[in-house]
Amino acid sequence: MNQILTILIGSIFVNNFAMSRFYGICPFLGVSKKLDTAFGMGMAVTFVMAVASLVAYLVNAFLLVPFGLEYLQTIAFILVIAVLVQIVEMVLKKMAPSLYQALGVYLPLITTNCAVLGVAQLNVTEGYNLILSVINGAASALGFTLSICLFAGIRERLAVGNMPKWMEGFTGALITAGLMAVAFNGFNGLI
Amino acid sequence: MKELRKIFMNGIIDENPTFRMVLGMCPTLAITTAVSNGIGMGLAVTFVLVFSNLVISLLRKAIPDQIRIPAFIVVIATFVTIVQLVVKAFVPALDAALGVFIPLIVVNCIIFGRAEAFAFKNKPIPAIVDGLGMGIGFTIAITLISAVRELFGAGTLLGVQVMPAGYLPMDLLVKPAGGFIVLGLLLALMNKLLPKKA
Repeated sequence: MNQILTILIGSIFVNNFAMSRFYGICPFLGVSKKLDTAFGMGMAVTFVMAVASLVAYLVNAFLLVPFGLEYLQTIAFILVIAVLVQIVEMVLKKMAPSLYQALGVYLPLITTNCAVLGVAQLNVTEGYNLILSVINGAASALGFTLSICLFAGIRERLAVGNMPKWMEGFTGALITAGLMAVAFNGFNGLI
Repeated sequence: MKELRKIFMNGIIDENPTFRMVLGMCPTLAITTAVSNGIGMGLAVTFVLVFSNLVISLLRKAIPDQIRIPAFIVVIATFVTIVQLVVKAFVPALDAALGVFIPLIVVNCIIFGRAEAFAFKNKPIPAIVDGLGMGIGFTIAITLISAVRELFGAGTLLGVQVMPAGYLPMDLLVKPAGGFIVLGLLLALMNKLLPKKA
């Protein structure tokens, strides 16, 4: 129980994926101009990361380790994730068309989100068991959702504000993210 | 020859992956806390870029269009695994410093982007040159960022004390927040110094 709580708080706040571990920075900077698309992306990532943690654990524990093929981890994981994203896309299209519509183009983009591959690798390095892997995947993704939503909220405001010329575009976004990371730094020492 | 030169310089200046295209941000921000990490990561990415560009260019007629993305992933993942094993065996210190970001080269959008935008459409020799140019452009950018962060954040360069003894290191710069801020400021500086060609 204690360990689960540590993972939850650790992954959501202290080691926040975007703000402190730097996983998933591409979507973090790319899909954060509007709050609702940021939230949609966050939810899609959460779903895929929880399932990917589960499947990656199974592949690693029952396929790679018994046959001594750990060196194929990177290839195996990325293939699993690519297939998984495809399956999730097809299932959602059939079972939950409204959710599928809402997520739209973000689903296929998740394959190249390094947060998904990152969490699969991280679970192996940390030696988490099946349940802890899934919890860590979901919690990390929720942390990512939290930070991307906060960031999108700030960017929506900045878009209508009067920014200095040299701060426009990526420069301003990066410095904003930097200041947010300073705030997230405050969570250090919580666990 | 002139053509190849142009492709090479394109990656270093005009379409510099970091400062111009703003691609591959995860390693750019995460591991640039020390110059040695920056150079190591830059060389690893360059190696993967050159060879994945070469193989994808050679296979460009054999890979059907519909399944090109999974095919790219397998080619890239193969070379990343090679890098991973070589680094682990010969430079364990670098392996410890870069950690999970070596396997994460697989999903680095620079490599994917060049496979899709260049290697899949061009002959092998230009594809190699493009990979080399992009890789060196990335290495220069990432080394520059890590030099700024290490110099002001820790007062050292490649682990050697550079700043005078009384210098108080700006701790913030080697923390995650510093990555965002340094990259933002360097991006602004680059836009100022090298105006985009219209």
